[in-house]
Amino acid sequence: MSVPRFNRGFRLRRDEVRGSWVVLAPERLFALDDHAAEVLQLVDGKRSTVEIVTALAEKFAAPASEIGADVDAMLQDLMGKGAITL
Amino acid sequence: MMPSSLAATALRPVPEPPLALLAELTHRCPLACPYCANPLELERASAELDTADWLRVLDEAAALGVLQVHFSGGEPCARRDLLELVKRAADRGLYSNLITSGVTLNQAEIDRLAAAGLDHVQLSFQDAEAGSADRLGGFRGGHARKLALATMVHAAGLPLTVNFVVHRQNLERLPAMLVLGETLGASRIEIAHVQYYGWGLVNRAALMPSLAQLEAATAIVEQARVTLHGRVTIDYVVPDYHATRPKACMGGWARRIINITPAGLALPCHAAETLPGFTFPSVRSQDLAGIWRDDPLFTKFRGTDWMPEPCQSCERREIDWGGCRCQALALTGDAANTDPACALSPHHAVMADAVALATGPTPDLVYRRISGIAALTSAVG
Repeated sequence: MSVPRFNRGFRLRRDEVRGSWVVLAPERLFALDDHAAEVLQLVDGKRSTVEIVTALAEKFAAPASEIGADVDAMLQDLMGKGAITL
Repeated sequence: MMPSSLAATALRPVPEPPLALLAELTHRCPLACPYCANPLELERASAELDTADWLRVLDEAAALGVLQVHFSGGEPCARRDLLELVKRAADRGLYSNLITSGVTLNQAEIDRLAAAGLDHVQLSFQDAEAGSADRLGGFRGGHARKLALATMVHAAGLPLTVNFVVHRQNLERLPAMLVLGETLGASRIEIAHVQYYGWGLVNRAALMPSLAQLEAATAIVEQARVTLHGRVTIDYVVPDYHATRPKACMGGWARRIINITPAGLALPCHAAETLPGFTFPSVRSQDLAGIWRDDPLFTKFRGTDWMPEPCQSCERREIDWGGCRCQALALTGDAANTDPACALSPHHAVMADAVALATGPTPDLVYRRISGIAALTSAVG
């Protein structure tokens, strides 16, 4: 079962000045929209992707299949950027 | 009725806060690279900010909205308070990056920096092989020390970027540099062509690559990006002499980055001290937020209002932000001109003239020295 975690050098942080969440990285900064921020706050190196999807489906009262597709696409994208390991 | 200058200040929109602080802690450095990004007039240790000032700058930067701090120099490890500054950055939530030559650090020191909350290390290399690297850096044995540091960084559990500055005297070994970066376990490799300001401009005729060299290098980098996708990120900085459009220097003047010099001057870019007609603001006497928002040096070229034609009506004006002010000054005599790197600039021919030097004879290198310009061609004999 895949357990996403941030790679070394990548850090999720609340940016209070701008009122948003960001992922900080070497010479990079990924500004997150609300959806990405919800997902990545659950990426802790312990929860599996399935558990993350289940938690979000519950929180937003939405079908897990729909949320699962979004989460997979986002995590794949971040993996390609070197930010996380699945 | 308000004086007109006050009215202008009141009407000016509040700028977005900076994302990054480039903290040039010192100009002291064991290396003497002939393309150093520091100014020709280097600060001595006695002129440097003290620890309390830097700690205050870090506090002010975090409050202003800065998210990342790059501890740079010179060699930032020459500062005895580096550990304290890294710790303060971590306490304020700032992502900290140590930009180092790597020739003075040992395992205990890098372990302490990691424990203090350092996020990342960027290690510079001058070449892929020791003989040439030590000659270019002007420091015998330096390359071997850098190789050792890469291992220490891993042992400390820190992520590593390796940086290679490339030019006509080392570009033939670009494939070997990429292999070395991967072998050293870098998660990021930066291939940066020399930028021709300051020391780089002094040595332009000795370092400028030909168009054929540049195109070959770009193809090699593109291929490596495909091969290493998902494992190693490659950032590539090109020289704009061969370009038809300028780079968005610093991501736009006073838009994303604030630079503090060793003596405490706040600048929108590390070369801005070359600009005439400004009193450079100092963090010794002014707070960072006020400097960023209102100082004339920062407001002068911020945004697009200052732009001359052909920039003013250009559809790319918020993509490249008019290019580089310091390059416009150095090559056209006026910082408010369009960057001559742009093919639409009336001064664009000066770039082609300089590129022509790349096929001429290679002069001796002028090494970076705190005492000023001195030709030390036998620095490594």
